[in-house]
Amino acid sequence: MRRFLASQAKGLVDQTRRHHHKSRLFLSPLPSLSSPPLPNPARSPLVSLSRFLSSTSDMSASDSTSSLPVTLDNINPKVLKCEYAVRGEIVNIAQKLQEDLKTNKDAYPFDEIIYCNIGNPQSLGQLPIRFFREVLALCDHTSLLDESETHGLFSTDAIDRAWKILDTIPGRATGAYSHSQGIKGLRDTIAAGIEARDGFPADPNDIFLTDGASPAVHMMMQLLLSSEKDGILCPIPQYPLYSASIALHGGSLVPYYLDEATGWGLEISDLKKQLEEARSKGITVRALVVINPGNPTGQVLGEENQRDIVNFCKQEGLVLLADEVYQENVYVPDKKFHSFKKVARSLGHGEKDFALVSFQSVSKGYYGECGKRGGYMEVTGFTSDVREQIYKMASVNLCSNISGQILASLVMSPPKPGDDSYDSYMAERDGILSSMAKRAKTLEEALNNLEGLTCNRAEGAMYLFPQIKLPQKAIEAAEAAKTAPDAFYCKRLLNATGIVVVPGSGFGQVPGTWHFRCTILPQEDKIPAIVNRLTEFHKSFMDEFRE
Amino acid sequence: MSLKAFDYESLNENVKNCQYAVRGELYLRASELQKEGKKIIFTNVGNPHALGQKPLTFPRQVVALCQAPFLLDHPNVGMLFPEDAIARAKHYLSYTSGGLGAYSDSRGLPGVRKEVAEFIEQRDGYPSDPELIFLTDGASKGVMQILNCIISDQKDGILVPVPQYPLYSATISLLGGTLVPYYLEETEDWGLDVHNLRQSVAQARSQGVTVKAMVIINPGNPTGQCLSIANLQEILRFCYDERLALLGDEVYQQNIYQDKHPFLSSKKVLMDMGAPISKEVQLVSFHTVSKGYWGECGQRGGYFEMTNIPPKTVEEIYKISSIALSPNVPAQIFMGLMVSPPKPGDISYDLFVSESKGILESLRRRAKIMTDGFNSCKNVVCNFTEGAMYSFPQIKLPSKAIQTAILAGKVPDVFYCLKLLEATGISTVPGSGFGQKEGVFHLRTTILPAEEEMPEIMESFKKFNDEFMSQYGFITT
Repeated sequence: MRRFLASQAKGLVDQTRRHHHKSRLFLSPLPSLSSPPLPNPARSPLVSLSRFLSSTSDMSASDSTSSLPVTLDNINPKVLKCEYAVRGEIVNIAQKLQEDLKTNKDAYPFDEIIYCNIGNPQSLGQLPIRFFREVLALCDHTSLLDESETHGLFSTDAIDRAWKILDTIPGRATGAYSHSQGIKGLRDTIAAGIEARDGFPADPNDIFLTDGASPAVHMMMQLLLSSEKDGILCPIPQYPLYSASIALHGGSLVPYYLDEATGWGLEISDLKKQLEEARSKGITVRALVVINPGNPTGQVLGEENQRDIVNFCKQEGLVLLADEVYQENVYVPDKKFHSFKKVARSLGHGEKDFALVSFQSVSKGYYGECGKRGGYMEVTGFTSDVREQIYKMASVNLCSNISGQILASLVMSPPKPGDDSYDSYMAERDGILSSMAKRAKTLEEALNNLEGLTCNRAEGAMYLFPQIKLPQKAIEAAEAAKTAPDAFYCKRLLNATGIVVVPGSGFGQVPGTWHFRCTILPQEDKIPAIVNRLTEFHKSFMDEFRE
Repeated sequence: MSLKAFDYESLNENVKNCQYAVRGELYLRASELQKEGKKIIFTNVGNPHALGQKPLTFPRQVVALCQAPFLLDHPNVGMLFPEDAIARAKHYLSYTSGGLGAYSDSRGLPGVRKEVAEFIEQRDGYPSDPELIFLTDGASKGVMQILNCIISDQKDGILVPVPQYPLYSATISLLGGTLVPYYLEETEDWGLDVHNLRQSVAQARSQGVTVKAMVIINPGNPTGQCLSIANLQEILRFCYDERLALLGDEVYQQNIYQDKHPFLSSKKVLMDMGAPISKEVQLVSFHTVSKGYWGECGQRGGYFEMTNIPPKTVEEIYKISSIALSPNVPAQIFMGLMVSPPKPGDISYDLFVSESKGILESLRRRAKIMTDGFNSCKNVVCNFTEGAMYSFPQIKLPSKAIQTAILAGKVPDVFYCLKLLEATGISTVPGSGFGQKEGVFHLRTTILPAEEEMPEIMESFKKFNDEFMSQYGFITT
């Protein structure tokens, strides 16, 4: 997919160039077309969005006669503005290479494409949790429950759980639209699971089941953003759903920088500084997004840090949007996941005085069920008239997919000690998690061994986000190729090794620094080959561009 | 301190302005009454399985096997599943890289999109490009995505039929656009008059609105009419002349209950009209697994097909799809199965056909029972349900009823429907939720309650209506 500059973005590139070091053309996903020039270029947060073409002939924005109703000239500019690098340019190149590999094996120094761009575990060989799939299959085809042979093919507790779930669905009709917040019985289960996790009660009426966590994030952005004068504090680097969603809903992204030198730490002082700067520019900051464990950065917040964040939000009247989809992915013994709900309640903040939205998904953890699109948000601390608005928005789409709803309830109440499937479930779960921890460590070490690369450890989530200190020669070559330096590196990496990663500019980074995000998900037996190829490529890249 | 983010006053006005009656006041009241123990007949949503329609056997077998592929290795799997379901499960799994649990291509599995393209080609007689077909989590998501693309602000108008399915009004509202209504003619079987269209567009333009696209729902919801070929040609020519894109909501294409107006896809009629129209009119067509005789609403499976959309615009739409990563994979398999059902000779063919025919023939009978039932009631007039899943009778409310409603702070048809609900447990959606001419009132009900229950339901309605009309006085028509 080629990208090209819409006329607005082009204007902003020119504006950007005036304010930043000439040789540093960089990409950032941060929108806000109306931002005035900023005093401190080294830490300027509101950078315009721009992408570069590989060929100048694509510079024109309109591609057809202007009499047609829908052309690039007149589609919603918010659509043009938003970007999502995880499935962007690099991936398109990779897909073309993959097609070509089928018939042209000899043309390439590798024989397969390894997609390390996206947290999609089951596409790289991770198996689903068997108990979950048994229950889902029985709910998909309920007549199985009437057959005696079923007992020979399904475990007893899966059959029991399927019955239990179906009893909460009117008419056992898994093909019917449900309540717009999701099936009540499943929300009860999820609420119980949240309570068991946190030690604080959860209300099923606060839960909205959605097609993955992403639509829930969109709903919140829609609710909170009326115009560009509404801002959302987002971590940089961030998972670009946030920047894309804010752009699509016409708001402003207010960045706060995570500190790479301290393991991607979050400083309240920086939060405060960014908040005040935004406010001084007339932006009403509505919410703070925290991704914990972090994506792409992988850090797990310490409890004290979390308390400071909660107090900060309370003081400043911000909604806390807690993306906790990686809550089951923690790899280091010195850190533990604590939900923001638990932290807030432990501080004595209840639903009458603290606005918190917590997001969870079936896509990550040890279950990795990305393709199912299951997830929920738990919304606490707002008045009933606002809740009605959220319900109304959910109702326009009628409901989320039922199978995903069922899976969300399974994830929040897996087999317990004594259940038939418990032992095998625990073996699968522990196997996956310990393997992830191992792969995280192996890859982190390998990356740290490369010249000019430093990589913080992945405390959680599914990614590594190393920093590359690119030699000036490489930066110049990138400029000449009209590509951002980190994208230049990543494309070279892809063409030499078949490994697909995402350039750091897709997530945001301190201007002048370069990163890429690589998942830890290829199966263990592929890791040595990946490490070797990466090492070899990096050495030859540095040989070529070293000062 | 200024207002907090979640204070009601701070919320996005577009959110507060949008309305979606299908799950609005009546539904909430019905749910309350149900909790109190009253028997409710939910006829507010086109949700067949909730009213006893059984899922088709074959797709459920296939998806269950895809869900639990370890079953395929079990020696006894043949005792629970027919061979063709087993083969088909393997077939769909082969389209994926990692089974149902992996994100697919953001546009949907290429293999399924190819099957959809083949279906479209067979249906219409014109080639269809899988690259221009995007699978979505239900057709609604596709509609929202497309409207988001073409609505930038209030100055952008979308022609929407009145009455309409309120997804359109709600979405246009949420996106901050302008709904430009065109009225369907109740006395002409809810037909479309191009004259009305022209008037609506002229009026909108005089108010500074750029009319970008026209929505048609064919077969209609709530009105059920199936557009004639002449009507479709007129519409396409109108779109060509006025430079409008056409959004063809065709989710009820399998639900046809008469033979005079079969389903004609907008794409086929467009292509039949030849150049220049066939090359110029920008068309997006929507379909789903939720309706037809499948009724798999809970799966959230749909697609849209783009015709004559510029490649760079297609790229932008792809970009937006990619933010949501991918549509849910099980529903994609349902879609594949829907467009490539069992064929003659397949083991499951006979059962599949008998289940499908059973559902469609029953729907046809129920459409008639309901229409006739409404027409036999005082002050009620009902057009025949040519297609889709609804009946949309006009209730001629006496002026005393209207006054009482207004005094109670209720829209008159809401008042009537609430009384109907409380008296009979029948949960409908007031016509005001769909739009109607000033001073004309309707309600929408589905034709989905079980056939055996229909006579009793219509009796119950008639009794309530008789009493209501006596209480509030006759009007002479």
